[in-house]
Amino acid sequence: MSTTPLEINTPLDGATTSSRASGNPLSSTQITDYDHRQTVGKITVDNPKMTCRGVNVYYGAKQALKNVSLDIGANEVIAFIGPSGCGKSTFLRCLNRMNDTIPGCRVAGEIRLDQEDIYDRSLDVVQLRARVGMVFQKPNPFPKSIYENVAYGPRIHGMVQNKAELDALVIASLERAGLLKEVEKRLEEPGTGLSGGQQQRLCIARAIAVNPEVILMDEPCSALDPIATAKIEELIDELRENYTIVIVTHSMQQAARVSQRTAYFHLGDLIEIGETDQIFTNPRHKLTEDYITGRFG
Amino acid sequence: MNKPIAPAAPARDIKAIVNAGLAHRHAAERRFRLYGLVAISLGLAFVVLMFASIISKGYPAFWQTYIELPVAFDAAVIDPEGKRDPKVLENADYAALVRASLRSLFPQVEGRRDLRALYALASSSAPLQLRAAVLDNPTLIGSTQPVWVLASATVDTFVKGNIDRSLDETLRPIKDQDIAWVDKLRADDRLERRFNSILFNHGDSREPEQAGIRGALMGSFYTLLVTFLLSFPIGVATAVYLEEFAPKNRWTDLIEVNINNLAAVPSIVFGLLGLAVFINFFGLPRSAPLVGGLVLSLMTLPVIIIAGRAALTSVPPSIREAALGMGASKLQMVGHHVLPLAMPGMLTGSIIGMARALGESAPLLMIGMVAFIVDIPKGMFDPATVLPVQIYLWADLPERAFVERTSAAIMVLLAFMILMNGLAIILRKRFERRW
Repeated sequence: MSTTPLEINTPLDGATTSSRASGNPLSSTQITDYDHRQTVGKITVDNPKMTCRGVNVYYGAKQALKNVSLDIGANEVIAFIGPSGCGKSTFLRCLNRMNDTIPGCRVAGEIRLDQEDIYDRSLDVVQLRARVGMVFQKPNPFPKSIYENVAYGPRIHGMVQNKAELDALVIASLERAGLLKEVEKRLEEPGTGLSGGQQQRLCIARAIAVNPEVILMDEPCSALDPIATAKIEELIDELRENYTIVIVTHSMQQAARVSQRTAYFHLGDLIEIGETDQIFTNPRHKLTEDYITGRFG
Repeated sequence: MNKPIAPAAPARDIKAIVNAGLAHRHAAERRFRLYGLVAISLGLAFVVLMFASIISKGYPAFWQTYIELPVAFDAAVIDPEGKRDPKVLENADYAALVRASLRSLFPQVEGRRDLRALYALASSSAPLQLRAAVLDNPTLIGSTQPVWVLASATVDTFVKGNIDRSLDETLRPIKDQDIAWVDKLRADDRLERRFNSILFNHGDSREPEQAGIRGALMGSFYTLLVTFLLSFPIGVATAVYLEEFAPKNRWTDLIEVNINNLAAVPSIVFGLLGLAVFINFFGLPRSAPLVGGLVLSLMTLPVIIIAGRAALTSVPPSIREAALGMGASKLQMVGHHVLPLAMPGMLTGSIIGMARALGESAPLLMIGMVAFIVDIPKGMFDPATVLPVQIYLWADLPERAFVERTSAAIMVLLAFMILMNGLAIILRKRFERRW
């Protein structure tokens, strides 16, 4: 499935694609060639928070991500969707350099956060991760008290002067994560004793306690029941006011509910990107259409 | 997609086929369980046998025979000038008092040879005991006091029933004459068995009744202290570095293979290494717990490193990711989260390594901790021996009374082993976390 000579050349702004009527009259798909691997859709936004250009990721000899370019706008929720192994999580982990921890993983290309190259030698990864927080697939609170979980980030970064400030920050973070009411009385109890959904919101509280600019969420609801999922989605919607959120999800409904833009990945390629409404109602690439209509994935 | 899926196996009576093989399968399972039971019972039987043998041999050593002597603290013998000068009191002939006292109990005994046999009833420590009493309380001089002194090891062995009196006189270490004296003393209520505190308070001795394990215990304590202080921090630091910080390349692979091999090196080789390096090259003192501890550290380190790495790998990666994702540096991730979670496992491994070091004797023979040392060591530079070596030394001695002491020392060693392993289990149960 290597890059075959392209029949259709899509300009990066995605304004026009040569129309190639498909056999299916119900579909508006313009690109029916499954081997077409150039990104369809507009990758740029007006006020980008992060810009990624030509990102390639290799695990040893295997290439996991092929020449991905996209912008992440400020205060938007962007969803990455795609079948398993498509590289969406890999790309997400490039954004705060969590891939650095994987032996044999190599990232090439350019990723900028506010015009600053995050793979630049002079940039400290600790500083980057304080600015780009992350919430993981499986809720992973530290085996410490609820209070200590939220207080950890501000403490290691030295963001507070005294205990009173820290207390206020912990309370505020729990409040913003919508968890305060449930745990107010038991801040000293271990965070691992909470339910799965509460644990995940605790992880979100922990992430926002350091006031990051971007929050990365790697399938944050895949281990949760529908009620807990609904709460997290509601929270994501509220957090959008202050943060830029990148969410990887397997649930297309979730992507449709929470995100403004959606990017569809397939086998390491960014196939299509666009407004969420357009992706789900009017996909331009046959692969995208197949995926969102449940033909594979 | 609506086509019915054809069965993979040809249509036969599946039930009958399964049933036919069922008896065979169940029989195989029963056989396996039986093998397991037999293996466990055999193992347990040997453990019980070992404990029964050691305890039955060793428990008499915790009791010791004493003789009551009416001692006349004769002023003419102790302090002829009457000045109560401590120096004079210290150098007086207390053995004469013991001899006189024994003579007074058996006035009919005459002749050099018989008298010498009579004097041998009391332990050679009796005069020392009298001297201590006089120095402690000089007003004793001039009075006659009943004093309980240690019986000799032969008498003790006889009283404990370890010498068959029906044997021919030439075949037993105690003569008919001695037996008559002992019977007389027993009839007069002058024999008593007391708890053997000497075993725990004294160092080694050539006289079994005066020999104790205190010296060896202290030697073991100092040796293990050095071992722990060296091997635990170094082992933990090595494990953390190798597991969390070191790049995975050919060199670290080589180091890992070598550490695993070191854990399997016979311990006597470490003893030879210690002799060549610590004593011959660095000139450290021989027989010292310091050198013993260094050698045992070399032996324990691989065990601690391997246990430590296993404990570190068992910390789930999600905790590491959480910490790194928060912007913790690698050292903060390890120090705040991974190490505290791995610590119970590391401690367990270390304690088990220490228990192994406690039971080790071969490498210590090489560095001279096998000497006959009477003094109780007061530090890690004093000559010392350790419990297992003490057992080895005593097991070599011909006196019947050392047999029970050997077993008693083994019991003490086993008690410490069980204690340490128990502590390891408690630590693990107490602090173990599950995810």
